[in-house]
Amino acid sequence: MNLFLLFLSALLVNNFVLVRFLGICPFMGVSKDVDSAFGMGVATTFVMVVAAAVTWLIEHFILAPLGLPFLQTMAFILVIAALVQLVEMFIHKTSPGLYKAMGIFLPLITTNCAILGLAIMAVQNAYTFIQSVIFALGAGLGFTLALVLMAGIREELRFADIPEPLLGAPIAFICAGLLSLAFSGFAGLI
Amino acid sequence: MNNVLVSLVSMGSLAALFAAGLAVASKKLAVETDPKIDAIEEVLPGVNCGGCGFAGCRAFAEAVASGQAPTNGCPVGGATVAKMVAAVLGVEAEEPVRKVAQVLCKGGLAEAKQRGTYDGPADCRLAHATQGGDKACSYGCLGYGSCVKACAFDAMYMSENGLPVVIEENCTACGKCVEACPRDIIILVPEEQGVHIRCRSLAKGREVRQVCSVGCIACQRCVKACPTGAIYMQDNLARINYDLCTNCRECVAVCPMKTIDWQDGKPLVLEKAAVS
Repeated sequence: MNLFLLFLSALLVNNFVLVRFLGICPFMGVSKDVDSAFGMGVATTFVMVVAAAVTWLIEHFILAPLGLPFLQTMAFILVIAALVQLVEMFIHKTSPGLYKAMGIFLPLITTNCAILGLAIMAVQNAYTFIQSVIFALGAGLGFTLALVLMAGIREELRFADIPEPLLGAPIAFICAGLLSLAFSGFAGLI
Repeated sequence: MNNVLVSLVSMGSLAALFAAGLAVASKKLAVETDPKIDAIEEVLPGVNCGGCGFAGCRAFAEAVASGQAPTNGCPVGGATVAKMVAAVLGVEAEEPVRKVAQVLCKGGLAEAKQRGTYDGPADCRLAHATQGGDKACSYGCLGYGSCVKACAFDAMYMSENGLPVVIEENCTACGKCVEACPRDIIILVPEEQGVHIRCRSLAKGREVRQVCSVGCIACQRCVKACPTGAIYMQDNLARINYDLCTNCRECVAVCPMKTIDWQDGKPLVLEKAAVS
Protein backbone atom coordinates (compact mmCIF):
# COMPACT_ATOMS: atom_id res chain seq x y z
CA MET A 1 0.00 0.00 0.00
CA ASN A 2 1.12 3.47 -0.76
CA LEU A 3 2.79 4.83 2.38
CA PHE A 4 1.14 8.23 2.05
CA LEU A 5 -2.30 6.67 1.76
CA LEU A 6 -1.55 4.53 4.81
CA PHE A 7 -0.53 7.65 6.74
CA LEU A 8 -3.63 9.58 5.64
CA SER A 9 -5.84 6.64 6.43
CA ALA A 10 -4.57 6.38 10.01
CA LEU A 11 -4.69 10.16 10.44
CA LEU A 12 -8.15 10.97 9.12
CA VAL A 13 -10.20 8.22 7.56
CA ASN A 14 -9.64 5.71 10.32
CA ASN A 15 -8.84 8.23 13.01
CA PHE A 16 -8.15 6.24 16.15
CA VAL A 17 -10.25 8.37 18.46
CA LEU A 18 -13.09 9.65 16.32
CA VAL A 19 -13.67 6.72 13.98
CA ARG A 20 -12.30 3.66 15.77
CA PHE A 21 -13.17 4.97 19.26
CA LEU A 22 -9.87 3.94 20.78
CA GLY A 23 -8.25 6.02 23.52
CA ILE A 24 -11.41 7.84 24.57
CA CYS A 25 -10.21 8.16 28.16
CA PRO A 26 -7.44 10.73 27.60
CA PHE A 27 -9.55 12.23 24.81
CA MET A 28 -12.11 13.31 27.43
CA GLY A 29 -9.66 13.67 30.29
CA VAL A 30 -6.90 15.85 28.86
CA SER A 31 -8.87 17.97 26.41
CA LYS A 32 -9.63 20.87 28.72
CA ASP A 33 -7.00 23.21 27.29
CA VAL A 34 -5.09 23.19 24.04
CA ASP A 35 -1.60 23.27 25.56
CA SER A 36 -1.86 20.14 27.64
CA ALA A 37 -3.90 18.41 24.92
CA PHE A 38 -1.06 19.04 22.49
CA GLY A 39 1.52 17.82 25.01
CA MET A 40 -0.52 14.68 25.65
CA GLY A 41 -0.85 14.13 21.90
CA VAL A 42 2.87 14.47 21.33
CA ALA A 43 3.69 12.13 24.23
CA THR A 44 1.23 9.55 22.95
CA THR A 45 2.50 9.88 19.39
CA PHE A 46 6.03 9.31 20.58
CA VAL A 47 5.03 6.22 22.54
CA MET A 48 3.01 4.97 19.56
CA VAL A 49 5.83 5.31 17.04
CA VAL A 50 8.49 3.75 19.25
CA ALA A 51 6.09 1.07 20.44
CA ALA A 52 5.16 0.21 16.83
CA ALA A 53 8.82 -0.17 15.90
CA VAL A 54 9.78 -2.22 18.96
CA THR A 55 6.69 -4.44 18.88
CA TRP A 56 7.26 -5.13 15.19
CA LEU A 57 10.78 -6.29 16.00
CA ILE A 58 9.59 -8.40 18.90
CA GLU A 59 6.80 -9.95 16.83
CA HIS A 60 9.04 -10.83 13.91
CA PHE A 61 12.27 -11.76 15.66
CA ILE A 62 11.07 -13.25 18.94
CA LEU A 63 7.43 -14.25 19.01
CA ALA A 64 6.98 -15.57 15.46
CA PRO A 65 10.22 -17.61 15.19
CA LEU A 66 9.75 -19.07 18.67
CA GLY A 67 6.09 -19.88 18.02
CA LEU A 68 4.81 -17.82 20.90
CA PRO A 69 1.93 -15.79 19.39
CA PHE A 70 -0.06 -16.20 22.61
CA LEU A 71 2.43 -13.94 24.38
CA GLN A 72 1.67 -11.07 22.01
CA THR A 73 -0.50 -9.02 24.37
CA MET A 74 1.86 -9.44 27.29
CA ALA A 75 5.00 -8.65 25.35
CA PHE A 76 3.41 -5.57 23.78
CA ILE A 77 2.16 -4.27 27.10
CA LEU A 78 5.66 -4.77 28.51
CA VAL A 79 7.11 -2.60 25.76
CA ILE A 80 4.45 0.07 26.14
CA ALA A 81 4.76 0.20 29.93
CA ALA A 82 8.53 0.61 29.75
CA LEU A 83 8.22 3.34 27.10
CA VAL A 84 5.63 5.24 29.10
CA GLN A 85 7.91 5.15 32.14
CA LEU A 86 10.66 6.62 30.02
CA VAL A 87 8.42 9.34 28.61
CA GLU A 88 7.15 10.16 32.08
CA MET A 89 10.68 10.60 33.42
CA PHE A 90 11.61 12.68 30.40
CA ILE A 91 8.62 15.02 30.73
CA HIS A 92 9.07 15.32 34.50
CA LYS A 93 12.64 16.39 33.86
CA THR A 94 12.07 18.74 30.93
CA SER A 95 8.63 20.24 31.57
CA PRO A 96 7.27 20.10 35.14
CA GLY A 97 4.29 22.23 34.09
CA LEU A 98 3.23 19.78 31.42
CA TYR A 99 3.87 16.95 33.87
CA LYS A 100 1.43 18.51 36.34
CA ALA A 101 -1.16 19.30 33.65
CA MET A 102 -1.21 15.73 32.36
CA GLY A 103 -1.31 14.28 35.85
CA ILE A 104 -2.65 10.76 36.05
CA PHE A 105 -3.25 10.55 32.29
CA LEU A 106 0.46 10.36 31.61
CA PRO A 107 1.04 6.98 33.32
CA LEU A 108 -2.35 5.97 31.96
CA ILE A 109 -0.91 6.04 28.42
CA THR A 110 0.26 2.56 29.44
CA THR A 111 -3.29 1.30 29.42
CA ASN A 112 -4.36 3.45 26.48
CA CYS A 113 -6.06 0.95 24.19
CA ALA A 114 -5.13 3.05 21.16
CA ILE A 115 -1.48 2.02 21.55
CA LEU A 116 -2.01 -1.67 22.12
CA GLY A 117 -4.65 -1.63 19.38
CA LEU A 118 -2.18 -0.02 17.02
CA ALA A 119 0.50 -2.62 17.71
CA ILE A 120 -1.91 -5.51 17.28
CA MET A 121 -3.48 -4.03 14.12
CA ALA A 122 -0.05 -3.62 12.57
CA VAL A 123 0.59 -7.32 13.14
CA GLN A 124 -2.84 -8.39 11.91
CA ASN A 125 -2.51 -6.35 8.71
CA ALA A 126 0.97 -7.84 8.13
CA TYR A 127 2.58 -4.42 7.74
CA THR A 128 6.29 -4.16 7.00
CA PHE A 129 8.53 -2.33 9.46
CA ILE A 130 8.31 0.97 7.56
CA GLN A 131 4.57 0.62 7.13
CA SER A 132 4.14 -0.01 10.85
CA VAL A 133 6.04 3.11 11.76
CA ILE A 134 4.18 5.27 9.23
CA PHE A 135 0.91 3.79 10.44
CA ALA A 136 1.85 4.66 14.04
CA LEU A 137 2.88 8.17 13.07
CA GLY A 138 -0.44 8.74 11.31
CA ALA A 139 -2.37 7.29 14.21
CA GLY A 140 -0.46 9.39 16.74
CA LEU A 141 -0.93 12.60 14.80
CA GLY A 142 -4.59 11.70 14.32
CA PHE A 143 -4.86 11.25 18.09
CA THR A 144 -3.18 14.62 18.64
CA LEU A 145 -5.48 16.24 16.06
CA ALA A 146 -8.58 14.86 17.77
CA LEU A 147 -7.36 16.01 21.19
CA VAL A 148 -6.44 19.49 20.05
CA LEU A 149 -9.71 19.94 18.11
CA MET A 150 -11.65 18.84 21.16
CA ALA A 151 -9.63 21.08 23.48
CA GLY A 152 -10.23 24.06 21.17
CA ILE A 153 -13.96 23.41 21.23
CA ARG A 154 -14.00 22.97 24.99
CA GLU A 155 -12.10 26.21 25.51
CA GLU A 156 -14.81 27.99 23.50
CA LEU A 157 -17.53 26.13 25.41
CA ARG A 158 -16.48 27.87 28.60
CA PHE A 159 -17.95 31.12 27.25
CA ALA A 160 -20.97 29.58 25.57
CA ASP A 161 -24.48 29.81 26.94
CA ILE A 162 -25.10 26.12 27.62
CA PRO A 163 -28.38 24.83 29.07
CA GLU A 164 -27.79 23.98 32.71
CA PRO A 165 -28.44 20.20 32.56
CA LEU A 166 -25.82 19.88 29.81
CA LEU A 167 -23.03 21.78 31.60
CA GLY A 168 -19.69 20.02 31.97
CA ALA A 169 -19.29 16.45 30.78
CA PRO A 170 -22.62 16.09 28.87
CA ILE A 171 -21.90 18.91 26.44
CA ALA A 172 -18.36 17.60 25.96
CA PHE A 173 -19.74 14.21 24.98
CA ILE A 174 -22.21 15.81 22.57
CA CYS A 175 -19.34 17.72 20.96
CA ALA A 176 -17.29 14.53 20.73
CA GLY A 177 -20.21 12.85 18.98
CA LEU A 178 -20.58 15.69 16.49
CA LEU A 179 -16.84 15.69 15.87
CA SER A 180 -16.95 11.94 15.23
CA LEU A 181 -19.87 12.46 12.84
CA ALA A 182 -17.85 15.07 10.97
CA PHE A 183 -14.93 12.67 10.65
CA SER A 184 -17.20 10.05 9.14
CA GLY A 185 -17.30 12.41 6.16
CA PHE A 186 -13.75 11.25 5.33
CA ALA A 187 -15.06 7.71 4.88
CA GLY A 188 -15.06 7.68 1.07
CA LEU A 189 -11.70 9.44 0.71
CA ILE A 190 -9.57 6.34 0.31
CA MET B 1 7.35 -27.91 28.59
CA ASN B 2 9.63 -26.50 25.95
CA ASN B 3 7.07 -23.78 25.27
CA VAL B 4 7.02 -22.76 28.92
CA LEU B 5 10.79 -22.55 29.06
CA VAL B 6 11.04 -20.53 25.85
CA SER B 7 8.31 -18.12 27.03
CA LEU B 8 9.98 -17.68 30.40
CA VAL B 9 13.40 -17.03 28.96
CA SER B 10 12.27 -14.72 26.14
CA MET B 11 9.91 -12.65 28.29
CA GLY B 12 12.34 -12.65 31.18
CA SER B 13 15.21 -11.38 29.10
CA LEU B 14 13.01 -8.77 27.45
CA ALA B 15 11.84 -7.55 30.85
CA ALA B 16 15.40 -7.52 32.16
CA LEU B 17 16.49 -5.50 29.15
CA PHE B 18 13.76 -2.91 29.64
CA ALA B 19 14.43 -2.79 33.37
CA ALA B 20 18.11 -2.09 32.74
CA GLY B 21 17.18 0.63 30.24
CA LEU B 22 14.78 2.26 32.68
CA ALA B 23 17.31 2.06 35.50
CA VAL B 24 19.84 3.96 33.41
CA ALA B 25 17.18 6.46 32.32
CA SER B 26 16.03 7.10 35.87
CA LYS B 27 19.59 7.99 36.85
CA LYS B 28 20.08 10.24 33.84
CA LEU B 29 16.68 11.91 34.03
CA ALA B 30 16.45 12.15 37.82
CA VAL B 31 14.67 15.31 38.85
CA GLU B 32 16.65 17.14 41.46
CA THR B 33 14.45 18.30 44.29
CA ASP B 34 15.65 20.59 47.00
CA PRO B 35 16.65 18.30 49.90
CA LYS B 36 15.41 21.07 52.21
CA ILE B 37 11.85 20.40 51.05
CA ASP B 38 12.01 16.82 52.24
CA ALA B 39 13.67 17.86 55.49
CA ILE B 40 10.97 20.46 56.16
CA GLU B 41 8.18 18.08 55.27
CA GLU B 42 9.70 15.65 57.74
CA VAL B 43 9.17 17.99 60.70
CA LEU B 44 5.66 19.14 59.71
CA PRO B 45 2.64 17.50 61.37
CA GLY B 46 1.70 15.78 58.10
CA VAL B 47 -2.08 15.90 58.47
CA ASN B 48 -2.46 17.96 55.27
CA CYS B 49 -5.15 20.10 56.92
CA GLY B 50 -4.49 23.11 54.71
CA GLY B 51 -4.57 25.50 57.67
CA CYS B 52 -1.47 27.24 56.32
CA GLY B 53 -3.27 28.13 53.09
CA PHE B 54 -1.28 25.71 50.94
CA ALA B 55 -2.48 22.48 49.37
CA GLY B 56 -0.97 20.28 52.05
CA CYS B 57 2.22 19.84 54.03
CA ARG B 58 4.33 19.13 50.94
CA ALA B 59 3.18 22.30 49.19
CA PHE B 60 3.85 24.30 52.35
CA ALA B 61 7.34 22.80 52.62
CA GLU B 62 8.03 23.82 49.02
CA ALA B 63 6.80 27.34 49.71
CA VAL B 64 8.95 27.66 52.83
CA ALA B 65 12.02 26.34 51.03
CA SER B 66 11.56 28.89 48.25
CA GLY B 67 10.95 31.67 50.74
CA GLN B 68 7.29 32.23 49.85
CA ALA B 69 5.99 31.22 53.26
CA PRO B 70 7.24 32.10 56.74
CA THR B 71 8.81 29.42 58.90
CA ASN B 72 5.97 29.82 61.40
CA GLY B 73 3.30 29.47 58.70
CA CYS B 74 2.07 26.16 60.08
CA PRO B 75 -0.68 27.06 62.57
CA VAL B 76 -0.98 23.46 63.71
CA GLY B 77 2.63 22.88 64.64
CA GLY B 78 2.93 26.19 66.47
CA ALA B 79 6.19 27.30 68.01
CA THR B 80 7.75 23.82 68.19
CA VAL B 81 7.42 23.14 64.48
CA ALA B 82 8.39 26.70 63.59
CA LYS B 83 11.64 26.18 65.50
CA MET B 84 12.35 22.89 63.75
CA VAL B 85 11.59 24.37 60.32
CA ALA B 86 13.84 27.30 61.10
CA ALA B 87 16.56 24.90 62.19
CA VAL B 88 16.35 23.13 58.83
CA LEU B 89 16.72 26.44 57.04
CA GLY B 90 19.35 27.71 59.47
CA VAL B 91 17.46 30.89 60.38
CA GLU B 92 15.88 32.30 63.53
CA ALA B 93 12.30 31.19 64.13
CA GLU B 94 9.66 33.88 63.95
CA GLU B 95 7.77 33.54 67.23
CA PRO B 96 4.13 32.90 66.44
CA VAL B 97 1.29 33.99 68.68
CA ARG B 98 -0.61 30.86 69.59
CA LYS B 99 -4.28 31.28 68.85
CA VAL B 100 -7.27 29.25 69.88
CA ALA B 101 -10.84 29.12 68.64
CA GLN B 102 -13.51 30.90 70.67
CA VAL B 103 -17.24 30.30 70.29
CA LEU B 104 -19.07 33.63 70.35
CA CYS B 105 -22.51 32.45 71.38
CA LYS B 106 -23.88 31.37 74.74
CA GLY B 107 -27.38 30.66 73.52
CA GLY B 108 -27.70 26.94 74.13
CA LEU B 109 -30.89 24.94 74.52
CA ALA B 110 -31.55 26.51 77.93
CA GLU B 111 -30.94 30.12 76.95
CA ALA B 112 -32.14 30.55 73.36
CA LYS B 113 -35.82 30.28 72.55
CA GLN B 114 -37.06 27.93 69.83
CA ARG B 115 -39.42 29.23 67.18
CA GLY B 116 -40.37 25.90 65.63
CA THR B 117 -39.10 22.44 64.87
CA TYR B 118 -36.35 21.61 62.43
CA ASP B 119 -36.23 17.95 61.50
CA GLY B 120 -33.87 18.12 58.55
CA PRO B 121 -30.37 16.65 58.50
CA ALA B 122 -28.33 17.58 61.56
CA ASP B 123 -25.97 19.94 59.79
CA CYS B 124 -25.57 23.62 60.57
CA ARG B 125 -25.14 24.74 57.00
CA LEU B 126 -28.26 22.86 55.86
CA ALA B 127 -30.21 24.17 58.84
CA HIS B 128 -29.00 27.68 58.09
CA ALA B 129 -30.10 27.36 54.48
CA THR B 130 -33.45 25.86 55.49
CA GLN B 131 -35.20 28.92 56.88
CA GLY B 132 -32.40 29.39 59.42
CA GLY B 133 -32.99 26.38 61.65
CA ASP B 134 -35.22 26.19 64.71
CA LYS B 135 -33.81 28.86 67.01
CA ALA B 136 -35.54 32.21 67.23
CA CYS B 137 -32.23 34.08 67.10
CA SER B 138 -31.02 34.30 63.53
CA TYR B 139 -27.44 35.15 64.60
CA GLY B 140 -26.72 32.48 67.18
CA CYS B 141 -25.35 28.97 67.23
CA LEU B 142 -27.57 26.46 65.44
CA GLY B 143 -26.28 23.65 67.62
CA TYR B 144 -25.86 20.89 65.05
CA GLY B 145 -22.14 20.59 65.56
CA SER B 146 -20.77 21.16 62.04
CA CYS B 147 -17.75 22.80 63.65
CA VAL B 148 -17.15 19.76 65.86
CA LYS B 149 -17.31 17.48 62.82
CA ALA B 150 -14.89 19.75 60.96
CA CYS B 151 -12.31 19.59 63.75
CA ALA B 152 -9.54 17.14 62.88
CA PHE B 153 -7.80 17.41 66.25
CA ASP B 154 -10.51 16.37 68.74
CA ALA B 155 -10.45 19.88 70.14
CA MET B 156 -14.21 20.42 70.18
CA TYR B 157 -17.26 18.72 71.56
CA MET B 158 -20.93 19.58 71.92
CA SER B 159 -22.04 20.34 75.46
CA GLU B 160 -25.27 18.95 76.88
CA ASN B 161 -26.66 22.43 76.44
CA GLY B 162 -26.18 22.15 72.66
CA LEU B 163 -23.21 24.47 72.27
CA PRO B 164 -19.76 23.64 70.95
CA VAL B 165 -16.96 23.75 73.51
CA VAL B 166 -13.30 24.24 72.57
CA ILE B 167 -10.65 22.18 74.35
CA GLU B 168 -7.92 24.78 74.18
CA GLU B 169 -5.02 22.41 74.80
CA ASN B 170 -5.91 20.50 71.63
CA CYS B 171 -6.84 23.50 69.49
CA THR B 172 -4.33 24.23 66.75
CA ALA B 173 -6.08 27.25 65.24
CA CYS B 174 -6.28 25.55 61.86
CA GLY B 175 -9.50 27.45 61.17
CA LYS B 176 -11.60 24.51 59.96
CA CYS B 177 -14.36 25.21 62.49
CA VAL B 178 -14.36 28.90 61.55
CA GLU B 179 -14.97 27.89 57.95
CA ALA B 180 -17.59 25.31 58.84
CA CYS B 181 -19.79 27.70 60.84
CA PRO B 182 -22.41 29.29 58.58
CA ARG B 183 -23.00 32.05 61.14
CA ASP B 184 -19.40 33.13 61.76
CA ILE B 185 -19.71 32.49 65.48
CA ILE B 186 -16.22 31.03 65.87
CA ILE B 187 -13.14 33.23 65.70
CA LEU B 188 -9.45 32.67 66.34
CA VAL B 189 -8.12 34.67 69.27
CA PRO B 190 -4.67 34.84 70.90
CA GLU B 191 -4.55 32.22 73.61
CA GLU B 192 -3.81 34.66 76.45
CA GLN B 193 -7.09 36.53 75.95
CA GLY B 194 -9.65 35.50 78.58
CA VAL B 195 -12.45 38.05 78.17
CA HIS B 196 -14.90 37.39 75.36
CA ILE B 197 -18.16 39.00 74.35
CA ARG B 198 -20.02 35.86 73.43
CA CYS B 199 -22.74 37.18 71.16
CA ARG B 200 -23.00 37.91 67.46
CA SER B 201 -26.52 39.33 67.36
CA LEU B 202 -26.99 42.59 65.48
CA ALA B 203 -30.63 42.79 66.58
CA LYS B 204 -31.86 45.63 68.81
CA GLY B 205 -31.79 45.07 72.58
CA ARG B 206 -35.53 44.44 72.91
CA GLU B 207 -35.51 41.84 70.13
CA VAL B 208 -32.51 40.09 71.64
CA ARG B 209 -34.27 39.87 75.03
CA GLN B 210 -37.28 38.24 73.36
CA VAL B 211 -35.24 35.37 71.91
CA CYS B 212 -32.27 34.84 74.22
CA SER B 213 -31.45 35.25 77.90
CA VAL B 214 -27.72 35.79 77.38
CA GLY B 215 -27.51 37.95 74.25
CA CYS B 216 -25.91 41.38 73.98
CA ILE B 217 -28.57 44.07 74.34
CA ALA B 218 -26.20 46.90 73.49
CA CYS B 219 -26.61 48.62 76.85
CA GLN B 220 -23.12 50.19 76.58
CA ARG B 221 -22.20 49.47 80.21
CA CYS B 222 -19.14 47.47 79.21
CA VAL B 223 -17.98 50.25 76.92
CA LYS B 224 -18.11 52.69 79.83
CA ALA B 225 -16.54 50.27 82.27
CA CYS B 226 -13.52 49.38 80.15
CA PRO B 227 -10.45 51.28 81.40
CA THR B 228 -8.42 50.77 78.21
CA GLY B 229 -11.10 51.55 75.63
CA ALA B 230 -10.95 48.04 74.25
CA ILE B 231 -14.73 47.68 73.92
CA TYR B 232 -16.76 49.58 71.36
CA MET B 233 -20.31 49.44 70.09
CA GLN B 234 -21.13 48.74 66.45
CA ASP B 235 -24.47 47.71 64.91
CA ASN B 236 -26.17 47.01 68.27
CA LEU B 237 -23.35 44.75 69.39
CA ALA B 238 -20.51 45.30 71.83
CA ARG B 239 -17.20 44.29 70.30
CA ILE B 240 -13.80 43.83 71.85
CA ASN B 241 -10.47 44.93 70.45
CA TYR B 242 -8.15 42.17 71.63
CA ASP B 243 -5.11 44.33 70.96
CA LEU B 244 -6.19 46.58 73.84
CA CYS B 245 -7.87 44.17 76.24
CA THR B 246 -5.83 43.54 79.38
CA ASN B 247 -8.02 40.82 80.92
CA CYS B 248 -8.99 43.21 83.76
CA ARG B 249 -12.58 41.89 83.84
CA GLU B 250 -14.31 45.22 84.62
CA CYS B 251 -16.73 44.57 81.79
CA VAL B 252 -17.50 41.05 83.00
CA ALA B 253 -18.69 42.48 86.30
CA VAL B 254 -21.10 45.02 84.79
CA CYS B 255 -22.63 42.99 81.95
CA PRO B 256 -26.33 42.59 82.91
CA MET B 257 -26.95 39.71 80.52
CA LYS B 258 -23.77 37.82 81.46
CA THR B 259 -22.88 37.87 77.76
CA ILE B 260 -19.29 38.75 78.52
CA ASP B 261 -17.47 36.01 80.31
CA TRP B 262 -14.15 35.32 81.85
CA GLN B 263 -12.16 32.14 81.37
CA ASP B 264 -10.30 31.17 84.51
CA GLY B 265 -6.61 30.67 84.36
CA LYS B 266 -5.74 33.42 81.91
CA PRO B 267 -3.07 35.90 83.02
CA LEU B 268 -3.49 39.64 83.37
CA VAL B 269 -1.80 41.33 80.43
CA LEU B 270 -0.90 44.64 81.90
CA GLU B 271 1.72 45.86 79.44
CA LYS B 272 -1.02 46.62 76.91
CA ALA B 273 -2.47 49.27 79.19
CA ALA B 274 0.73 51.21 78.79
CA VAL B 275 0.45 51.02 75.00
CA SER B 276 -3.04 52.46 74.99
